[in-house]
Parts: sequence; C-alpha cells; structure tokens
Amino acid sequence: MTVSELIKLIDATDMTPETDKGAEVSCGYTCDLLSWVMAHGAAGMAWVTVQTHMNVIAVASLMEMAAVIIPEDIEMEAPSLEKAKDEGICVLQTSLTAYEICARLAAAGLPGKSRD
Amino acid sequence: MATILEKTFPVEAGAYTTAGEASTTIKRTLKQLGISAEVLRHVSVACYEVELNLVIHSLGGTLTLLVDPEKVTLISKDVGPGIPDIDQAMTEGFSTASAEARTLGFGAGMGLPNMKRNATEFDIQSEVGVGTTITMSFALT
Repeated sequence: MTVSELIKLIDATDMTPETDKGAEVSCGYTCDLLSWVMAHGAAGMAWVTVQTHMNVIAVASLMEMAAVIIPEDIEMEAPSLEKAKDEGICVLQTSLTAYEICARLAAAGLPGKSRD
Repeated sequence: MATILEKTFPVEAGAYTTAGEASTTIKRTLKQLGISAEVLRHVSVACYEVELNLVIHSLGGTLTLLVDPEKVTLISKDVGPGIPDIDQAMTEGFSTASAEARTLGFGAGMGLPNMKRNATEFDIQSEVGVGTTITMSFALT
C-alpha cells in the first residue's frame, strides 16, 4: 500500500502536501508513548498517535516511517508540521479514532509490525 | 584506528523542542558517508535516546560522533547531576523523568536499555555531583 492509497483508505487530509505520496507503507502501529515507539518502531511504518509535538516528527524521521496519522481531527502544531515538511515526513489527519484507523488498515491487509 | 570524522554537538538541558536535532544531523552525516541502513538505524535510535536523556535528565552536556573504518562511536558527556544507582537506571521500566517529559510521551524507562540493545558495545560511567559519560560503539563490519 502506498501513502496515497492510505490517505483514501482512512479519509485523511494530507497536512504535508509537499511530501512524497508514492512511498510504500510496510506496517501499521499505534502508540502514544514515544519512548516505546523508539524501541519498537520500524521503517515504512504508518504510526497512529494523538501526540502532536515536534518530537513525534523526530521519531518518525529517525525511524524512517512512511506516515504519521493523527486521529479524531486533532490538530498538529504548526512548528511540528514545518519540521515534518523539512524532514519529508507525511502527516495525515482524519476524523476516525485510532481504533477505526487500525481496523481499516488491518481490513485492507496491512500487517502489524513484525516481532523482533 | 584512524579517525575519519569527529564532531561534537552541545545539548541543552530541558530543550524539548529542539531535542533530536543533533541526532538528525548525525544520521544525515553518516548517510552521506555511506553507512549501511541497518547500522544507521541502530545508531539513530541509540543517538536519539541518549540525546533525549541529556535533555530530560542532565544539566546539559555534549554528544560526540567519531567515525573510523571499523566503527561508529557516540559519546554522551554531561555535567551532572549523575546517577546514584546505575543498575537501577538500566532496569527497563525504571524512570526518574519529570511530569513534563512524561506528558510528551517520554519517561517509560526504556532509554538506557534501548541504547544497550542497539549498540555493539555500551559503557556507562557516572558519579553523583560530577556527571555521566555514556560511550557506545557500532561495528561497521
């Protein structure tokens, strides 16, 4: 699944139109504890989180994730979006809850991250 | 072993918004040197964790990157406050992070164990009232 297919799947608004939408999404994940994500994140991941501060982008960038998904129409702060554009990290906003987002990703065949 | 590159980054205590900038620069630098994706990932994770520790726990410090033909080395050096019990600090789940750090999603007590997991070699030295030095190396071959 590409990021552009992901956008359609979860009825998302692309908050970073400048970023590449052709990138392949490898797996889905949801967690709001950044320390945890640092230990368990993966490249190509679509990460659902209600956290919207700058460190979210730093984590997504360092882990080379495909996209950050913000649920329930939560707004990401402007400086975070700026940083996302600079780092080439796609940020998606949707009215769906984290649960609904994950349900749609799973139904579309996107796996969870592999256990290591 | 001949050093290919040496670079030191200052890290400010409590600077949450800029946390990760040194790690991002280090990652970019290593990528330009042609370091493999797998090593790069390990270095990036450990580097960000140690940078965050400087921001969250220290009174300020520096992060030094050293590259030689055999390994990448990261050295984190701070000016205090020091860790009273290193074994306890190394235990997954133990954290002394502030409420502010926890609100941001940090302080799960996974930083030090995650660094150790990602590095080929990990060493931590600390003295209360003096400071903490963490040295991590990542084999390139």
